[in-house]
Amino acid sequence: MDILVVGLNHRTSPVELREKLAFSQTETYHAYERFLDYRLVREVMILSTCNRVEVYSWAYKGGEKHILSTLQELKGVSQEELLPVTYIYHGREAIKHIFRVTSSLDSMVLGEPQIVGQVKDAFEQAMASEATGIILNQLMKKALSVSKRIRAETGVGESAVSVSYAAVELAKKIFGELEKKKAMLVGAGEMGKLAAQHLVNQGVARLTVVNRTFSRAQELAEKLHGEAVPMENLTLELVDTDIVITSTGAQEYLITKDMVQKVMKERKMRSMFFIDIAVPRNVDPQVERVENVYAYDIDDLEQVVEENRKRREKEAVKAEKIVEEEVEHFLHWLRSQEVVPVIVSLRNWCDDIRKKELEKALHRMRLNGKEAKALEALTSAIVNKILHPPLSYMKEAASKGEGEKVAKLVKELFALEEEKEDEHKDRDQRQ
Amino acid sequence: MDIVIFKIAAFFYLASALLYVYYLYRTREGISQKAYILLMVAFVIHTVALVSRAFVARHLPATNLFESLSLFSWMVAGGYLLLEWRYKMPILGSFVAPLNFLGVLVAALTPQAVRPLPPALKSVWLYIHATTSFVGEVAFALAFVVSTVYLIQERHIRRKKLGGLFQKLPSLGKLDELNYRLLTWGFPFLTLGIVTGAIWAQYAWGAYWSWDPKETWSLITWFIYAAILHGRMTVGWRGRRAAILSVVGFGAVLFTFLGVNLLLPGLHSYSSM
Repeated sequence: MDILVVGLNHRTSPVELREKLAFSQTETYHAYERFLDYRLVREVMILSTCNRVEVYSWAYKGGEKHILSTLQELKGVSQEELLPVTYIYHGREAIKHIFRVTSSLDSMVLGEPQIVGQVKDAFEQAMASEATGIILNQLMKKALSVSKRIRAETGVGESAVSVSYAAVELAKKIFGELEKKKAMLVGAGEMGKLAAQHLVNQGVARLTVVNRTFSRAQELAEKLHGEAVPMENLTLELVDTDIVITSTGAQEYLITKDMVQKVMKERKMRSMFFIDIAVPRNVDPQVERVENVYAYDIDDLEQVVEENRKRREKEAVKAEKIVEEEVEHFLHWLRSQEVVPVIVSLRNWCDDIRKKELEKALHRMRLNGKEAKALEALTSAIVNKILHPPLSYMKEAASKGEGEKVAKLVKELFALEEEKEDEHKDRDQRQ
Repeated sequence: MDIVIFKIAAFFYLASALLYVYYLYRTREGISQKAYILLMVAFVIHTVALVSRAFVARHLPATNLFESLSLFSWMVAGGYLLLEWRYKMPILGSFVAPLNFLGVLVAALTPQAVRPLPPALKSVWLYIHATTSFVGEVAFALAFVVSTVYLIQERHIRRKKLGGLFQKLPSLGKLDELNYRLLTWGFPFLTLGIVTGAIWAQYAWGAYWSWDPKETWSLITWFIYAAILHGRMTVGWRGRRAAILSVVGFGAVLFTFLGVNLLLPGLHSYSSM
């Protein structure tokens, strides 16, 4: 048996196909029943986001065919459509892929934070549907903790990689918390609106909207939950504003150094941050000369974004190393699982024999309590001593990747039945 | 005995400082936590050293350069532990801990013999005057570090180079506020230190004020900090300007504390080497 990944993502397939294959929450519930087939697929989980549709499973050889054909049936796509865009990973590669996805190393925007939540939700849903078991549960828990470790130890999720986020991040580094800060949006450019929206989401105390045409300002203010202010009051309003976003089509500077100097004096030199997204610029770059005033134009912000992207890529190298390390750990655990059921049944089998024989003997001998206890200890010791070498051999073989072979041999040698088998049969009967 | 304990404490200060510096390069939370614990251990051991010193000397250990430096670094460490506990900015430790270790190191290299206190100084005022002055100076020392970090971070933002330490250093707003808080703590204590010093001088030397270099320099220091606080409240000396002035102010503190002792002879000269 092996861990198996069957999936497609933004790199392998166009959005039209991904849309077609995406699973809604209610669909997944139904799909799990179809995917689970105890001859081929023991455990399964579906991860469906706008950038990827992936099926993770713990399956026997041939499980991928079952998963692919089920996907085709469920979604009504042809094999010709599906096969060229799907990737299939087994074992080590599959584990690595799952760890990389969860840690956002496989994302379209490297290090974006949403994927962790999506994986977590998908996993919780699969658990609630009883589609996962020992192996996938352990695997997904590990994947989530790996992503946590990578976030803590590398900068792969640090620093913004879009202009509007970069602006918000800068505002935070200048002011600390934004809850008590007041922002202003001048003009109605798209990117300006986006940055203002981010600021509102971050909880700024107030957003004022200024526009050449007041009715336009009112309209925009309503959308952004702000207040419209007439253009004539701009200077007055600036005194009470900490963050200013400008994105108008004006050909001359709207905000000049003189203006800012006066405003700063009025507001007792409390810091101001100008985010100038307009081209040509709306804010005179000279305003930076004024103490405690910071101004970034679109080029500055784009440069910041570019540097951040490079930094994330550099950090990703560290993250990949962590993934490799954790894949090894998980493989070690997984291999030991190959022999664990056989070890358990071998132990139980021996212990059953011991107990039966002991009971017979005790019945015949009529010993007192102390003597009976000694006999009990004696038989246990014999069984343990005899079992010790084969059990440690099995564990050793498991860590070398030969667990399955050895487990099979031992099972045949002692004519053992695997304990877990019964458990699954029970579940089959219940369903 | 107290010297041996002091040296053990110094070892822990070093370990903590190294770990805090390492924290600048690695983002792991565990590192700063360990560094914090090491600093706490150093602080506790140092406390034992100071108490045993006080027993041997039979007075507050603040009467020669070794004792003053040792007591001062102990208070800086304690002050930082409180600051970190309250404000959770472990990155400040990366600056405080090495600087503080430097103080400990200098103390370790100065003569450490206990010298009997001149009878004129045996007074409860020693405790009041030295403690209040020290608390003020410790607050200024921490304000100095916070301001230095402010200036580094401001440089990142102004130059639009957001690499290096930018991500790890706190926001300008928080640093400025912390600087202000520390100054409002330090200033009343400095004032109290000067006033109690004058009262004690009246008892010990028969004059409230005799323009001894230490007195003069602490007055200069007092004026600098009074100006910073006044400027902030009236015309808005905040942010960059407050940070620069805070650095300048601490320069004056250092000179009052060390420079005067080592360079300018005067009434306070018993606290030199």
